Amino acid sequence: MSISSAAVDVGATGVGEVPQGPGEEHIQGRSTWQLAWARFKRDRAAIIALVIIVLIALCAIFAPLFADVTGHGVNQQFRQTGLSPDGIPYGPNSTFVFGTDDQGRDILVRIAYGARISLFVGVVVTLIVVAIGAVLGLAAGYLGGIVDTLIARLIDVVLSLPYLVFAVSLVSIGFLGGPGLPIIIFVIAVFSWAAIARVVRGQVLSIREKEYIEAARSLGASSWRIMFVDILPNVVAQLIVYASLLIPVVIIFEAGLSFLGLGIPPPTADWGQMIAESQQIYQQAWWFLVFPSLALLLTTLAFNIFGDGVRDALDPRLDRL
Amino acid sequence: MAPVLQVTNLVKHFPVKTGSLKRSRDVVHAVDGVSFEINAGETLGLVGETGCGKSTLGRCVARLLDITAGQVVFDGRDISHLSARQMRPLRREIQVIFQDPYGSLNPKRRVGSIIGDPFAIHDVASGQDRKRRVQELMELVGLNPEHYNRFPAEFSGGQRQRIGVARALALKPKLVICDEPVSALDVSIQAQIVNLLSDLQAQLNLTYIFIAHDLSIVRHVSDRVALMYLGKMVELAPVEEIYEMPRHPYANALLSAVPVPDPATASERERIILVGDVPSPIHPPSGCRFHPRCPKAQPRCVTEDPALLPRLGDENAHVAACHFPVQNGENLSQARPSISEDNRIVEPDGLISSPGMDVPVGEGGTQ
Repeated sequence: MSISSAAVDVGATGVGEVPQGPGEEHIQGRSTWQLAWARFKRDRAAIIALVIIVLIALCAIFAPLFADVTGHGVNQQFRQTGLSPDGIPYGPNSTFVFGTDDQGRDILVRIAYGARISLFVGVVVTLIVVAIGAVLGLAAGYLGGIVDTLIARLIDVVLSLPYLVFAVSLVSIGFLGGPGLPIIIFVIAVFSWAAIARVVRGQVLSIREKEYIEAARSLGASSWRIMFVDILPNVVAQLIVYASLLIPVVIIFEAGLSFLGLGIPPPTADWGQMIAESQQIYQQAWWFLVFPSLALLLTTLAFNIFGDGVRDALDPRLDRL
Repeated sequence: MAPVLQVTNLVKHFPVKTGSLKRSRDVVHAVDGVSFEINAGETLGLVGETGCGKSTLGRCVARLLDITAGQVVFDGRDISHLSARQMRPLRREIQVIFQDPYGSLNPKRRVGSIIGDPFAIHDVASGQDRKRRVQELMELVGLNPEHYNRFPAEFSGGQRQRIGVARALALKPKLVICDEPVSALDVSIQAQIVNLLSDLQAQLNLTYIFIAHDLSIVRHVSDRVALMYLGKMVELAPVEEIYEMPRHPYANALLSAVPVPDPATASERERIILVGDVPSPIHPPSGCRFHPRCPKAQPRCVTEDPALLPRLGDENAHVAACHFPVQNGENLSQARPSISEDNRIVEPDGLISSPGMDVPVGEGGTQ
């Protein structure tokens, strides 16, 4: 690191010349993300989980393909071919791979369409929640004072609200048009940001005392810039870990609300709602309960294992050399 | 020529929260009435033990801290009570080099982006222009410009401090506050950074406040030296004068503790051993703050705070805050205070000081 070695290198590139070409890639430092990906790749369970998540996502994206190939529309009722003469659904067979439901609809096609709702809610709500939680956590932790007091109390209030009572009341007063996607997203977002904000706030409280934050202030950086350019990169790893572990929680939350009839209204295909409908008839038609439940289980399990892998890859405690 | 910086009676108190209701009762008197001036192109060394307020003083001057009382005039403009927003444009002119090269660089950002921060914040240069200027700066401080895309963790301590220097000098500030810039580095690297700072000062006509506790480095870099004790400035003089004829007993004690390379000289010279510890800055002693530990203390020292004035016929540039300044050639190691027992720090064995009671000063840790 001596002056002389630096001077030799400088001489090699020429004074004031911007180095270009292959040498530059060589000197590119490995970022947190590159290091994390290198660790993640070695985690076999997490890679399998990621593959499963990708497959489920493909099912959701190409759900209409299932309908085309089987020739069964998602809400199409097959009262002749899908139900026995006494109205009992058929189990898995060559026409209906996962069997039919109580109205003679193809469960496989409905599961594929149901994945759309689950993944959409899981990902969109998580993004909203992480954005709200990060911004409020950063503001509370860095700005302090009255802002911190207000946000910290708000976090306490939100964490102590009974979410189910809250959800039922909102649906019953017809908030956001009654049962449906908007109210699901609203309810889950309202109840999930507080945990993230609390974690971010704690992180920020320790980071704001670091000398490089004081250095940023001495350079004249605005609070806005310090929060988003200097502090955010230091909490983003934790945010991603929380986000990846939040997705399965949100998916189960959504299925739970739909199960209770507070979420996606029929006839739209939704896993929670399918599980609820199967309650009347599962003793005669086990497939009606088992396949949607398995889809839900597989999805949340894959996300959980994936989240664990992300945490192991990004955990700053393992980030020491 | 008007001084770059004029500090008048600067006071900084930190409230200490005590009691169950966390009401502020006590305050830490970190800096208590300090005045000085710096001229353009000059280096003022600021020395003192850990906790004497020298870093706080630096941070107050850079307005990283709010000032309790007093005045800071930078370049003819009173900046004592400017808000953070009003200070922002002035940050181009006053820069800080921090002590800890491991803590002062954001670990998640690439070096090019860290050094480019001043350009981005003050909207001076962007894109390829910014990259070119950052790489020029990296060369200026002796870093390989090709390392633009590396992370701070990929550099050694000395290289990181060079990054800190490059960032501080990016906008060619008028005043640079070097807050112990080398005390976290190896001795061999210290010399490199100190020489780098001196070279850059000559090249860019910089004015430095050089905060340190290492007296030999301060002697090497400074034009004038200010010595602080417990929030007060006790002596301020041109560098050779303070090392050759220190007036304040504390300055004498500190200088006698500087390690000497030659063991023969070291064993011959008389060390002045101070008794006790630095008193709490929450309840500083009355009168002269040094009186409980001073070998020359008199009753007057307990009641009357000495002013920072030229003593014993010194020229105006050499000022000391002591009622009984040390004469040239006076042997302090034999001096004994003549104040009542209550005002002294008495060691457990009843002696005021004894050869075994070695409480050297000036050998502080890395703080």
